[in-house]
Amino acid sequence: MTKTTLTSHALKLLCLAALSLVVSAARADVRVEDPWVRATVPGQSASGAFMRLTSSAPAKLVSASAKIADSVEVHEMSMTDNVMRMKQIPALDLPAGKTVELAPGGYHIMFFKLHSQLKDGDTVPMTLVFEDAQGKRSSVDVQAPVRPLTAAMPAGHGAHAGHGAHK
Amino acid sequence: MMTPDIAPGSIASLNADSSANPARRRVLLSLAAAAALPLAACGRDGQLKNVHGIDLTDAKWSADFSLKDPDGKTRSIADFKDKLVMLFFGFTQCPDVCPTTLARAAQVKAGLGADGSKLQVLFITVDPERDTPDVLRAYTTAFDPGFLGLYGDAKQTVDTAKAFKVFFQKVPTGSSYTMEHTALTYVFDTRGQLRLALRHEQTAAECLSDIRQLV
Ligand SMILES: [Cu+2]
Repeated sequence: MTKTTLTSHALKLLCLAALSLVVSAARADVRVEDPWVRATVPGQSASGAFMRLTSSAPAKLVSASAKIADSVEVHEMSMTDNVMRMKQIPALDLPAGKTVELAPGGYHIMFFKLHSQLKDGDTVPMTLVFEDAQGKRSSVDVQAPVRPLTAAMPAGHGAHAGHGAHK
Repeated sequence: MMTPDIAPGSIASLNADSSANPARRRVLLSLAAAAALPLAACGRDGQLKNVHGIDLTDAKWSADFSLKDPDGKTRSIADFKDKLVMLFFGFTQCPDVCPTTLARAAQVKAGLGADGSKLQVLFITVDPERDTPDVLRAYTTAFDPGFLGLYGDAKQTVDTAKAFKVFFQKVPTGSSYTMEHTALTYVFDTRGQLRLALRHEQTAAECLSDIRQLV
């Protein structure tokens, strides 16, 4: 598990004592499992991250950030009539208790303008921002290992849990 | 304009058209046999059976390309005539479909065992702007040292895609752009005839079973 800290935004909210109990009671805890980032070759400026997300209460993934790239977006890939399409989505819905998979063939977190090559065995720190049904935002730090460019499926598919921690 | 005016999915209807009419298929077959006497004399490959992909044996079109490899050498399908060719359009910035397709091609090659040396995988970039020869080389050889990347200028890329009924288009996103593209893998037999299109959804085992019929 990675260490947990409170964002300044969350701290401000918690200072509103009257609110804090209600908010934490309704707070969505999001479990991040098996995160990984696809390795790149020199000169390749984009890549993607994959993982499984499970929220205890209805929530959504609204954004992601990472120091390794100029921009980070939440993407949805789709295949229609044998044509691959990819688009940025404003938020990824996480229904309560349901595991939502970010995997090749579906959703991913996209890195644009990578600052350097991502090599197999590296670790990519990134931050995911979630919003619960009350509109309260919280973030989760994730340490995602880099897997080979040639990875077809997550190596530990369905096996591991708890690489990410809620802040 | 980077987008060839080809409707996505046109290939599926093309195929359904030719296989839905057995009578016409036979006519086409005999025409093909007559037109290709030297090939016929060597014995024609049997019809493909129960393929998971799209059988293009009797499709009324074939396609070629004239593109550069990362060494700057101009290549066309004739250069690979004694090989089975798997040809795919994509771009290296793709986090999802392209690496999955190339990883699958590597699995197919491994699955062919000793016949794997007869397989040539070609990756045609639809994003020559970013896929420089060096990036292309590093990318394709990461999957298999024998995989070859091919590129052209913007017009050659459009023309080649058009010839293969491949749709692609540049899509702006945030501060950058990504590409939409047809995700079929075309297969040529050892005579340089276009025979199959493998769908992205096919597993490596399904692709292997289709391709084995052409070895
Ligand atoms: Cu993407």
